[in-house]
Order: sequence, then structure tokens, then C-alpha cells
Amino acid sequence: MISRTYSKVEEILKKYEYKKEMLIKILLEVQKEYRHIPKDVVYYIGTALGIPPAKIYGVATFYAQFSLKPKGEYTILICDGTACHMEGSMSLVKAIEEEVGIKPGEVTPDLKFSLDKVGCLGACALAPAMVINDEVYGKLTPEQVKEILRKLRERKEEEQ
Amino acid sequence: MSTVVVNEPILKSPQELLDYIEKLKEKREKKLQKPSVYVCVGTGCTASGSRKVYAKFVEVVKAKGLDVQIEKVDDDDEPVKKTGCCGLCSLGPLVKIMPYGITYSHVKVDDVEEIVEKTLIKGEAIERLLLTDPITDKKVERLEDATFFKNQTFYIMEAVGTSECESIEDYMARGGYSSLAKVLSGMDRLEIINMVKASGLRGRGGGGFPTGLKWEAAYKSQGDIKYVVCNADEGDPGAFMNRTLLERDPHSVLEGMIIAAYAIGARKGYAYIRAEYPIAVEMFNKAIENAKRYGLLGENILGTDFSFELYVKEGAGAFVCGEETALLASIEGKRGVPRPRPPYPAQAGLWGKPTLINNVETYANVPKIIRDGVENYRKRGVENSPGTKMFSVTGPLKLTGIIEIQFGTTIRYILENICGGTSNGRKIKAIQIGGPSGACLPEELFDLPLDYDSLKSVGAMVGSGGIVAITDDRCMVEVARFFLDFTKRESCGKCVPCREGTMQAYNILEKFTQGKATYEDLENLEYLSDIIKTASLCGLGKTAPNPIISTLKYFRSEYIEHIEGRCPSGMCTAFKKYVIIPEKCKSCSLCARSCPNGAISGERGKPYVIDQGKCIKCGLCVTKCKFGAIELVG
Repeated sequence: MISRTYSKVEEILKKYEYKKEMLIKILLEVQKEYRHIPKDVVYYIGTALGIPPAKIYGVATFYAQFSLKPKGEYTILICDGTACHMEGSMSLVKAIEEEVGIKPGEVTPDLKFSLDKVGCLGACALAPAMVINDEVYGKLTPEQVKEILRKLRERKEEEQ
Repeated sequence: MSTVVVNEPILKSPQELLDYIEKLKEKREKKLQKPSVYVCVGTGCTASGSRKVYAKFVEVVKAKGLDVQIEKVDDDDEPVKKTGCCGLCSLGPLVKIMPYGITYSHVKVDDVEEIVEKTLIKGEAIERLLLTDPITDKKVERLEDATFFKNQTFYIMEAVGTSECESIEDYMARGGYSSLAKVLSGMDRLEIINMVKASGLRGRGGGGFPTGLKWEAAYKSQGDIKYVVCNADEGDPGAFMNRTLLERDPHSVLEGMIIAAYAIGARKGYAYIRAEYPIAVEMFNKAIENAKRYGLLGENILGTDFSFELYVKEGAGAFVCGEETALLASIEGKRGVPRPRPPYPAQAGLWGKPTLINNVETYANVPKIIRDGVENYRKRGVENSPGTKMFSVTGPLKLTGIIEIQFGTTIRYILENICGGTSNGRKIKAIQIGGPSGACLPEELFDLPLDYDSLKSVGAMVGSGGIVAITDDRCMVEVARFFLDFTKRESCGKCVPCREGTMQAYNILEKFTQGKATYEDLENLEYLSDIIKTASLCGLGKTAPNPIISTLKYFRSEYIEHIEGRCPSGMCTAFKKYVIIPEKCKSCSLCARSCPNGAISGERGKPYVIDQGKCIKCGLCVTKCKFGAIELVG
């Protein structure tokens, strides 16, 4: 059983004045806080806003930004828009799989990295592109991707 | 929410605004004569490191005491400025030095010191940082002299390279908000709507529906509450002009929305922006705050009885939310699922109230129409598609990014005279226009003028304005498969033809790319495309088969070749096999050890062999081989 004080959730709810129409924004912030939408938080928000949990579940599974499973500390987004696809975005996906062993939609067992394919990041002029925690990398080769991941892992290990 | 200190708005009447604009215009002229640095902070340049370059400029300029030495025109006039995207994203970060107009591309943090020393202080150009015009093959000092810019028609994208994206004053200094002043100085609501109608402005988001008619319908709808909504859910892969516009000139969109609200009688509005565009969200929020400060938004705008509140709503990643009814559902905090029309949003939209919904670029056109008048506005473009359009052009071209052209410009002109042709020496065999709802057009149609009706006549659409160049080493069946993979994932699942149809169409296309398709599959694919197009509920489904239909129409031979066991472009690896060339193999065993499926074997002194039955065609062995002994043959 997860024990949570829900003070963070409460803070988010208060910020948006417990408005039903703000559900998506509330879930975006919950996603940012917990790196996923925990099941118990769905119930909590449902009770607070007076929306059936099934409806919230419906919204949370509809939009690509939400995940019911925890995402990694570094969320890797590989752009698979038209331009990136044509410039070889799939070879970047393969490079990531080789480096950290995950496919799109998966997360490493230590929760360090998660990988997702996304529609279009709008960085087409820099294709193929990748985003890791809001930082955009463009004109990538598979080797560069591996190098970036290696650096991120080292940085993490140094901090510990 | 944070508490906002309510101050008296700075401007209290339309006349005060007009006077203020005149003052700012003069100041802007003076500012452009002073030594200053403009660093692009759009998403493209930011990804290339422009914000670090900006910080370095601020640091160096301060260290040299230039921020004090250079005389200020205004209190907040700093010598280092953030500017919006100029469109040339592939050459970023871009930096422009005024008053010389010298522009540098690919600027790195290490270049900053030198730029300040030589260019900012002495006005000398640094040869190695200048951009090379790929068309003339010469170095260009000033941005305006590059063919890429000379051959465009800038109208919506004003002051390229010197617009200050975070500054409302800069927008005003370019005459911004003068249209709002004009409207609020006593223009009749119907007069505004008639102007928009007469301008011939058509929706820039894809469909090309006449904007004036939408406005009129929303105006005529009865109701005490009406809403104005801006559709900035630019989800087409390969398109980013809406994002660019929001980042470089958010106030032009804002002014258009305020005018729209006044015209139809709305008091509240929403801008629905993708969460994937954090910089655009930030810029637009900043723009709203600034407009409020001046009294251009909020209660009693410019001292009149007109009030308008505007909020930003972030999307959460669903392509279907670009469809207007789905977008409205999403604003209400629900699943973004479309509903049948009628009733149209103009009759019953947000929370059942009359709602006007237009695209980002459509709103940005409105202040120009009011400012320049219908006749002047219609001087650009062609009869049925007046004005200009922003396009994002990507693919293996020498220059890529955002461009603005008049309607009626040909595809060939864009590819060759603006973007400089291909970068990899290959031939462009097709363009994809309009994203997943659009079509692939072959080289024979490159002389077609780009406008709503011409494109429709060949089965394509302007869409939101994404153009992707496709060279002859790319497979058109794969392009269609790629788009169906996208639409099948993004189909909301409400109606069967779209949900199941795109899935089945995708499966058939996959058979083609894997070399398993038959002539029956070809027939089924055509039949299925027809059903999806006819029977789907919303725009997503109705246009989803367009990539299939257009490739079948113009590149049918490629489909046939796939049935016959060949991929003419060589892109579909299923038709190929990896082989080890015995003469080059040194039997080092590196490939055998790296093969994830154990498909390579051999012994010392003899060339290794690949077991084709086991090979999964991952290509890893090729990257590992140090002697170039492994090749892909088709």
C-alpha cells in the first residue's frame, strides 16, 4: 500500500481552484511531480473534483503526455515526425536500445531512463531530433546518442 | 494562483494608444541605429544552443562595460536582445549585429568574444561566421541579401532578425495594436466582419474555410456568452509554422483574437497550445500579461465598454485535438473526441455556447487586413487565395526552416529559389504537403501554384503548411506506411471506419514494405481508402487515406514493384540481404560476435558467411566491420 500525504496533489488542486475544466492541466502537473499518474492519485483527484475516477482514467489514457507507469528520471523522447523519420530516427531508437536496453514505451529497471516515440517536436530543421528532460538535441547520429546517454549516466553516478 | 497586483492600465483610450505607438516608432528607428546584438531564441536555435550564446553575449558586453557606454534610447534598452525566429533554423544559432545588419550563422559560445570585439565595437565582419548563400555560393554579410530571404514575401513575419519577441513595445513600434485602436475608435462590428469577408481570408489551419463566414455565423448566433478560441494545436508531423509565429510575434495573434472577440461579442477566450511547445506557451503567457498591463486586455479595454479575458490552455499530446470539436472538448477538460457537425461551434461550441475558432496564422492576418485595408491586403496572393502563407520546409534541402510566400508561388520556386535545392545531390522525386491529411505530389506537379484550389484539384491540401522534400532514395510506399502508422495511433477510436480502417490499411501497407503483398492487397487498399474517406466522422478520418490515395495515383509503379519483389528506392530492407564479400573479409570474427541473432559464422583464415534465414537485417555487422566487407545488396 502506498502511503502518501497528498499535500503536493492538494497544492496543485488548489492552484487550479478545484475546477473540473482544469483537469488536464492538473494531470500534467501530477505527471511532472510523480513522473506518472499514480492510481491512488486518480481516486484522490476524482473525489476532490467530483469526477468519477473512470472519467479521469479515460482522460489519462487518451493523451500521450500521461503515463500510468512511472517514467524514467531521464525521459528520452525520440521524434518520429516526417522529417525525422526520413532522416533516420529509427536508427536512434536502435542506438538507445543498444545502449540502455529499452524499447519505446519502456523504462530501465533502475528507473533512470525511459524511452518514447513522439509525433513531432517541431524541430524538423534539425532532424533527426531527440529531447531529454526538455533539452533538445538535433542532427543526431546513433553514435552521438550513445555518447549523450553515457554522459548522463556518468553524471548521475558522480552525484551519488 | 499567484496574486496579481492590479494597477491602473497604462493606456486609457484608443487615441492614447495611437500616440504611444508613434512615440515608440521613433524610438525603434533610433534603437536600430545603435550597436546591438540580436540573438534568435526560437525553438530551433535554442536546440542549437542559442540561449547559452545569448547569456555569453550579456556577460561579455557587461564585462567590457558596453552596457553603460552605449547610449540608451529607453530605460529597458539593453544592447543584447532576444529576437524571434527568422526561419533559417538549420543554420542556427543566428545572431544579427545592428546597425550594420551583419548576420552570423552557427554561432558558438567561443565566438562571442570575437564578435563583440570586431563586429559590435568596430563594425567589421568576421568572414568565417558569415552564411554562405547556397544559390549564389557566395558569402553574405546581411541577412536581407541572402537569396533565401530575398525570394520570400514577408508580411505576417515582420522585421525578420530584429523583432524582439518578448517585447510588446517592439510590436507596437512596428505599428502593432494600431488596428485594435482603429476598431475601438468606433468601427461597427459588422463593418469589421465585412472587411474580413471581403479580404477573402481563408482558414490557415488546413481546411481553407472562408474566415469571414465563420465570424459572421458566430456574430449572428444568439447568446449572452460567446467564446473566441485560437487553435494552436499544431500536430502535423513536419509542420512548425504556428509555433514559430507564437514564439516570434505572439502579439499579432493576440491582437487578432481581441479584434475577433470585439467583432462577435465575446468576453472570454482560450488559446489552445500544445504542451510540446513550452517556449510558445511561455511567450504567449508573457504576451497576455503585457497586454493586460497596457489595458489592451481585461476589463474596459482602452477605456471602452469592451472587456475580454484570455487564457492559455495546454494540450496534452493528441493529434485529433487539432479538429475543432475535439479541441473544444479538450478545453473543457475531457477526452479530445470529435462530435458530428452540425451544430457547428459557431452555433454551439464550448460548453454549448457560440464559439469562434480559428488558427494561429488566421488571427495574425486580421490586424493586417484592418491596418492595410481590403484592397491592399488582396494585392498579395491570388484571387481565390489572397495573402501570404507560412510554410515549414524540411527534408534533404540545402536550407530548411520556416518561409513565407504569396499564394500562387510554385513548389519548384520554393525548393530551388528559396531552399537552394537538394543537399545530398539526389533528385527530389516528390514533396509531401499538408501532413498526415495531405498528399504526396510528384515532380511533374512542381510547377503547380500553391493555393487552396489548385492543391485541391490534384487531391492535396495546404493543410497547416508543412512541406517535406523526398529524394529518389526514399520509398513512397514507406512514406504512406509511415503516415498510416501515425493516423492509426492518433485515431481517437470513436468511429469504426477510422479506428479499424486505418489499422487494416496500415497492415496492408506493411505487407508491401515487407515484400509479402499481392495484387489483391492493392485492390483492397484502394477499396478501404475509399470507405475510410467516405464514412469517417471527422477530418482526421476523412483525410487519413490521402497519403495512400496520392501515392497510388502518382507512384503506382512503386507499389507494383513491391508486389513483384523489388523496392525501387532500395529503402525497404526486406527486399535486401546482407552479404560478406569474401575478398575483403579478414575473418576477424567481430561481426559474428556482434550479431544479436547468431546469424554469422565462420572459422579462422576463411571468409565468414551470413545465414540469410537467421539474419534480421539489423545492419549492426556493417557498423562493426572495420574492412567494409559487408554490403547490403538488393
